[in-house]
Amino acid sequence: MSRLNQIELALAGAMLAVSPWIINAAPYESTMGLVQKIFYYHMPSAWLFLIAALVAGVSSAIFLFGRKPTADAWALAAAEMAVVFGIITLVTGPLWARKAWGIWWVWDARLTSSLILWMIFVAYLLLRRYGGPGSDKLGAGMALFGLANVPFIFVSVNVWRTLHPQTSVVPTLPVQMGGPLWFCVFAFLLLFLALLSMRARLQQQRVRIEQLYLAEDEA
Amino acid sequence: MSNFLRVAVLVVRKDLMVEARSLEVVSTTLFFALTVVLVFAFGLVREGRPVDDVAAAILWIATAFSGTLALGRTFERERQADTLRALMLAPADRPAIYAGKLVGMLLLMGLVELVLVPLIGLLFQAPIFDHPLHLAALLVAGTTGFAAVGTLFAAMLVRARSRDVMLPILLYPITVPVMIAGVRGTAALFQARPDEALAQFWIALLVFFDVVFVTLALWTFEPVMTE
Repeated sequence: MSRLNQIELALAGAMLAVSPWIINAAPYESTMGLVQKIFYYHMPSAWLFLIAALVAGVSSAIFLFGRKPTADAWALAAAEMAVVFGIITLVTGPLWARKAWGIWWVWDARLTSSLILWMIFVAYLLLRRYGGPGSDKLGAGMALFGLANVPFIFVSVNVWRTLHPQTSVVPTLPVQMGGPLWFCVFAFLLLFLALLSMRARLQQQRVRIEQLYLAEDEA
Repeated sequence: MSNFLRVAVLVVRKDLMVEARSLEVVSTTLFFALTVVLVFAFGLVREGRPVDDVAAAILWIATAFSGTLALGRTFERERQADTLRALMLAPADRPAIYAGKLVGMLLLMGLVELVLVPLIGLLFQAPIFDHPLHLAALLVAGTTGFAAVGTLFAAMLVRARSRDVMLPILLYPITVPVMIAGVRGTAALFQARPDEALAQFWIALLVFFDVVFVTLALWTFEPVMTE
């Protein structure tokens, strides 16, 4: 673990530990009341879910076309982050929806595309885990296709009416709500960066050990 | 460019010849598609009348399932005889080999659909002759999108472990837009008052999907298939 990772982790841990008090101090939303407060965790994880998916797709493209083996480790790490932050998003969302909309799930554009994107990265991890030799390249193809797919999924499910609140509300939030939100975004971001770089490093070291074993076998 | 076409045509001809001699994939896939439709009929037809609006969904699910089976079988044959390696060793453009494989797959799936569509019309009272051109366009564009992604993934998975289960796991999440567009577009044509404008919107989306994913597949086939 590098020095930077330690700092990031400590800071993220401290901020997340304090966050319940900060969220508690934020004012109640006028129509939804207490249930709206889940949004302080839901939105940062949803953003990081998308960022992780983007990092995985771009690293996969670099790995495939630029032939840089280290990019694969970043793609794998980012895919795992996408699954982790995706599950946080997909669990906190319905918890809120049950109270705000009265139902757990609707086939709305945002919800459906998040679910499909999450499934694409679960499939990616399954492939990496059970695909055997050569699955790094297959995975890169999968991640690339998954990313290219996002706009299509979004357009195709958008034909149904969208219920999800627009992200354009974010800049209009009053400062008592915006402050805690950005606090949580920053805490999640630190956690994400630390986990991502540690996981990528671990993967790079695994690959190197494997190469050493193979070299030893041949010698 | 002519070289690209020549290689693609040769690959298609090779695949068709192999298939014409054994009929293995065509016969099994066709029969599988029939059984899928039958299973759905048992689940969804009550007292002689199908539940509303199911014909489109069954058509596309049967197409996707039988397409997955055909993809798996086609490349399994190549793997057993180790002929895919021979194809890759041939001094030919990799994208041309992909294009040939894709066209072969499309012909096969088209043949299956030629049987599936009338069967669905018969069993689920779907008005398949009301807008034949729209329906054909939906089927061609949708099948192309499905097969474009499927051919690439099936080819990639030839060397992987547990490839039988991996193909649907990888393929279905990626082809969600094809399924949505295909089912919605076909349902718009099958409903009591057909909505042609809506069907055209879905056809346009499918064509756009095809262009993006065929390009992407031609582009990734080379690095992915290099050992």
